[in-house]
Amino acid sequence: MTPVVVELLYILAIALFALSLKWMSEVKTSRFANWAAMTGMAVAIAGTLIAYQIQRIDLLIAAVLVGILVGAPIGLKVSMTAVPQRTAISQACGSLAVALVGVAEYFNRVPDLDVFTMSVLGGEIILGFLTFTGSCIAFMKLQGLISGRPYVYKGRNVVTIAILGLAVAFTIYLVLNPSQQAVLPIMIFLALLVGFNLVMGIGGADMPTVIATLNSFAGLSAAALGFVLNNKILIVAGALDGSSGLILAIIMSQAMNRSFTNILFGSVGKTLKGGEAAQTGRTVQQYSAEDVAIVLEGAKSVIIAPGYGMGVAQAQFIVKELADTLQKIGVDVKFAIHPVAGRMPGHMNVLLAEANVSYDQLWEMEKINPLFPQADVAIVVGANDVTNPAARDKPDSPLYGMPILDVDKAKTIVFIKRGRGTGFSGVDNDLFYLQNTMMVFGDAKQVMTDLVTELKKRTG
Amino acid sequence: MADELVINLLIFILATFLGLELVRHVSRLLHTPLMALTNAISSISFVAALIVMVDPKNDLILILAAIAVALAATNFISGFLIVERIRRMFKRRGDKK
Repeated sequence: MTPVVVELLYILAIALFALSLKWMSEVKTSRFANWAAMTGMAVAIAGTLIAYQIQRIDLLIAAVLVGILVGAPIGLKVSMTAVPQRTAISQACGSLAVALVGVAEYFNRVPDLDVFTMSVLGGEIILGFLTFTGSCIAFMKLQGLISGRPYVYKGRNVVTIAILGLAVAFTIYLVLNPSQQAVLPIMIFLALLVGFNLVMGIGGADMPTVIATLNSFAGLSAAALGFVLNNKILIVAGALDGSSGLILAIIMSQAMNRSFTNILFGSVGKTLKGGEAAQTGRTVQQYSAEDVAIVLEGAKSVIIAPGYGMGVAQAQFIVKELADTLQKIGVDVKFAIHPVAGRMPGHMNVLLAEANVSYDQLWEMEKINPLFPQADVAIVVGANDVTNPAARDKPDSPLYGMPILDVDKAKTIVFIKRGRGTGFSGVDNDLFYLQNTMMVFGDAKQVMTDLVTELKKRTG
Repeated sequence: MADELVINLLIFILATFLGLELVRHVSRLLHTPLMALTNAISSISFVAALIVMVDPKNDLILILAAIAVALAATNFISGFLIVERIRRMFKRRGDKK
């Protein structure tokens, strides 16, 4: 019951959260990271339970049980390919929780709310509900419940900003007249609409940035709640989450050479002008798995550039088998990881780690790019836009300026492609038409399986 | 009140800088588990929901807070479990299983 004990527990929890982020920086120490965070959470909850007497323990236990019953199966069963949508739905839960606490706190205190408290509370409620619908839409896009294509109409940004402005206007009204309870539902409705409208207009390939941004919002709203409740652990944990989401969002947008605002308010995948002209008069050279096996057999070094398509086809396991087969005959194999490959930051690394690929074989873009000229074969599987040389050479391409994997510099390029269409951005890839590119059409998993069978047959 | 606000702002700003500095040094390999982890940490709103549950004016407030508790618990339980699963997948040739 002594407040000093509680303060000390809070400080301990804060230290554990900070250590947790520090330990997450390397694979070696990451095992402690999760334990530190879990202990931090437990300590913070214990401290709160000591500091405040909760009357309705029964209700609390029931709520926690629901959390365990819903959360545990999600945490234990979700596939690695589905981790981005898991993160999105989890974020939806988290931000709805923050928003609901904000609403509850409003009703608890009304009409006794000073200008500062009501402003922070209002901002927090808007941010929480907007993040909630945003995360729900992101989840639906990632899960394929709705199309991943950006849904755009003329003046979408004006509409988004107008609704947000309206929500803010109502908040200001509420700050000045805190007892006008009827305003709150309108505010909530408008905030929900902003999140919906914002994320509907963003394409599936931009999801890494969106998820990171929403993560940042969820953290900020938790921190805002800390100001309202004058609770330091909320402020610190919220700030840590907010800054982490922000950094990741910046890294992601840099990896696509697009500003943060461009991702949120512009949209790639609608204007396809760059691709059309290129389509005419050029032909690709189509090869079979057998042809590729012959080339691979004679190679000394191979670089594999995987993309999200590999995860969708669940081909990471057979890709790993190909790498093993090649290594057995003395071929050096490396994986080239583009920062935005996949549907959330670092997703491709997780997919390959799932297939037991050793993480010292996973090379970051900046480190692998100088090695492509020496590579005998570069295999592109399930990726497209991140290998498009137009991003380097064609100023009129929508992809221009985006850092890419320099697969075109390898001696031979093997490009495994599902169909003859364009990439997510809708832009044609010059790589297909190069003299030294071998196009293999088919499902990534099937092509890889054929390739491994063929290679094993040839090398015994 | 004003003193509290200043201290809270100070804490917020320092924690933001700390977060930026810490996350900047996280290996790109681990960005996915990092995000799952920070997402789970943001469920600290659990604590806020607990505080609101202490002295609610009416049942509606109590129920809103209880729903928030359930949501936050879902978030950090699934989050910590998935971080653990992802973390264990990262192995290097020669590492012990």
